[in-house]
Amino acid sequence: MKRTENPRAWWLVLPVLAVVAFSALIPLMTVVNYSVQDIFGPGQRVFVGAEWFREILHDERLHSAFARQLGFTASVLSIELPLGVAIALAMPTRGAGVSACLVILALPLLIPWNVVGTIWQIFGRADIGLGGAFVHALGIDYNYAQNPADAWLTLLVMDVWHWTSLVALLAYAGLRAIPEAYYQAAQIDGAGAFGVFHHIQLPRLRGVLTIALLLRLMDSFVIYTEPFVLTGGGPGNATTFLSQYLARMAVGQFDLGPAAAFSLIYFLVILALCFVFFTVLTAGEER
Amino acid sequence: MDLEWMAWTLPTAVFFLGIAALLLGMTFWQHLSPTRLRRGLLPIPTTRGDRLFVGLLASAFLHLAWLALTPFSLWIALGLSVLLLVSVLRLG
Repeated sequence: MKRTENPRAWWLVLPVLAVVAFSALIPLMTVVNYSVQDIFGPGQRVFVGAEWFREILHDERLHSAFARQLGFTASVLSIELPLGVAIALAMPTRGAGVSACLVILALPLLIPWNVVGTIWQIFGRADIGLGGAFVHALGIDYNYAQNPADAWLTLLVMDVWHWTSLVALLAYAGLRAIPEAYYQAAQIDGAGAFGVFHHIQLPRLRGVLTIALLLRLMDSFVIYTEPFVLTGGGPGNATTFLSQYLARMAVGQFDLGPAAAFSLIYFLVILALCFVFFTVLTAGEER
Repeated sequence: MDLEWMAWTLPTAVFFLGIAALLLGMTFWQHLSPTRLRRGLLPIPTTRGDRLFVGLLASAFLHLAWLALTPFSLWIALGLSVLLLVSVLRLG
């Protein structure tokens, strides 16, 4: 019988292991080491046990940052997913319009994140920005730098502008993969547009929508650059999300111990989300 | 090689050595008797390695919950975690 497995192939994995060790394992171990110590400077450190973890877990500001993060992620998902599907349904299925739509949809995805922040920072200003000036002309007192509600609204609109395309493109790909025979059968049965959507398109989109949902969930959960550029976490702490709070703690105040404990907790939350992501995606498949 | 920047302490070194020993042990176990995909108490079919991962992750969250909600020693949480890990590995 021909052998189909060659254990020596494992040696080929070694370079990857070495790279991962340097890029992930060693930094992670260092963070774990930092999280149990009070670091004063090179060579000056005191072991404090689980003290930082206890402090971080009882930190009111962290709780509110976490609540804001959940609120932001939930709002973003509840807008982007239905909107993305609606855009995909409205897109043309043949002709030159398809390419035009795809290119226009892909544009926001190609822009670097800090540039997206800058674009919206200028766009939302009442004095020089088109968006801000327009809202002002309508008689609405809008200022994202001073009013928390305006800052939130601007961030949400920015994220929707930036990422709905991803959902739309995924949903469009899913829609195009539905065989024509399904639509013909629906037509024979006399199904209306809603019936077709509810009984054919939506069930067939389940896979791509799962991917879209989880990608957006993970991404919005670690959002940093855009709010950092647009509002800097303000006004006050109104738009300070978890990663920004962490960066402020670690790089701004040099509280390395608490910041390390915080990043480990954050890491565990994201790891758990990743596990759910992986499990849901591979649930129905043979492994 | 100067490892001062990594700020090693004895407890964290023991922790990582424990994890490494666990992985090494699992590798040998896998070599001796390969795992089979099976369905236990967890809602998904799992291999031995999946159950170890779930157990370790659950233990980490148990420690965090212990720190957040109780004033008692972490050793109790560690003991509970070992119980949890063993039961997830056996029953999960």
